Amino acid sequence: MSTKRIATVWLDGCSGCHMSFLDMDERLIELFQQADLVYSPLVDLKEFPPDVDITLVEGAVSSEEDLHKILMVRERTRTLVAFGDCAVTGNVPSMRNPFGANAVLQRAYLENVTLYPQVPREVIPALCERVRPVHEVVKVDVFIPGCPPSAETIYLALSELLAGRMPDMAKLTRFGA
Amino acid sequence: MNQPVRVKTLKIDDRDVSGREDETILEVARQNGIFIPTLCHLDGLTSIGACRLCLVEVKGVSRLLPACVTRVEEGMEVYTQSERLQKYRRMTLELLFSERNHICSVCVVNGHCELQSLAQTLGMTHVGVPYRFPRLPVDASHERFVVDHNRCILCTRCVRVCDEIEGAHTWDVMGRGIDSRVITDLSEPWGDSETCTSCGKCVNVCPTGALFEKGKPVADRLKKRQFLPYLTMMREERR
Repeated sequence: MSTKRIATVWLDGCSGCHMSFLDMDERLIELFQQADLVYSPLVDLKEFPPDVDITLVEGAVSSEEDLHKILMVRERTRTLVAFGDCAVTGNVPSMRNPFGANAVLQRAYLENVTLYPQVPREVIPALCERVRPVHEVVKVDVFIPGCPPSAETIYLALSELLAGRMPDMAKLTRFGA
Repeated sequence: MNQPVRVKTLKIDDRDVSGREDETILEVARQNGIFIPTLCHLDGLTSIGACRLCLVEVKGVSRLLPACVTRVEEGMEVYTQSERLQKYRRMTLELLFSERNHICSVCVVNGHCELQSLAQTLGMTHVGVPYRFPRLPVDASHERFVVDHNRCILCTRCVRVCDEIEGAHTWDVMGRGIDSRVITDLSEPWGDSETCTSCGKCVNVCPTGALFEKGKPVADRLKKRQFLPYLTMMREERR
């Protein structure tokens, strides 16, 4: 059996899903007997490589950078997994949507700042007007709801995917789990 | 005077079952352990067939029928689990989730919510239509309770329990279509309501986190509904 290439990316989320991923503990060793982690915030690689078999996407699409990343990731990935509630539903990041991006910037950088209040225009990526779940931007193959999905859920999902099967996620997890 | 009870025999999912002529498909199905999902229905309140989750197929009828308000008939053949129905039920749930801001992870009833658990039961892992993200108010003016319109699915259980059981009719529905909203009195702050008796029945029948009690940890926000069937049973006996 050929070694599968797995990647994880982190868009607008709290990294809780990645923490839960690490909570697989010794099962990580078992999983990565059959796969290589070719890109992740957990490893020191700068470029998202081509020809990735499975990519777990944590977080919603909420900035220009997220948008740029997810389009590239989709192009280079065979099975794209929306990993956790932010990726699946927009979740907490999407709570700004009823108010708009500008209201958030005003609040964070102007209203509550006493010294040189200003909205950053450089270095920090511009916010999209609307936070979107991943599948509103690119095609998603597997959805893993949960905030965060448990280590058990991630392990079962990845085991199924590595075996070439589609996991039935509704049995394992739910929104807000 | 008691009328003689007439019994109807029918088939649900190819099983022979029987029910009283005044019983609905939903009641007979549940007596026989056949699962039909519901959200607006609650035992003890009038059924209104609003949420459309209990839609079933009846042989010979071209449209789908809501099981909670359709009486059983002799020789009926009912199907509750076809692929088409499951697809429609998931679609209905997706529309409910997309219509308002249901952020389960930070909801006061996370883990005790009927909408959330039904999504899992019916295998709905994501919402295929774009979310609307409407801007909706939260009214915390009442001393003990809060109404969060972000979580409301307009099942109107609160309206019915307040009217039919408590007899106060504090709750009602205002507006049309997607702009509909539950209101207290004439759309006044709940805390100013002169009709509300603060009984808390609406909070306990609410399937989601739209109505909740202040100052309780999430783990204690289990809705307690045992009172309802008893109250209705006692009333019927007195009649």
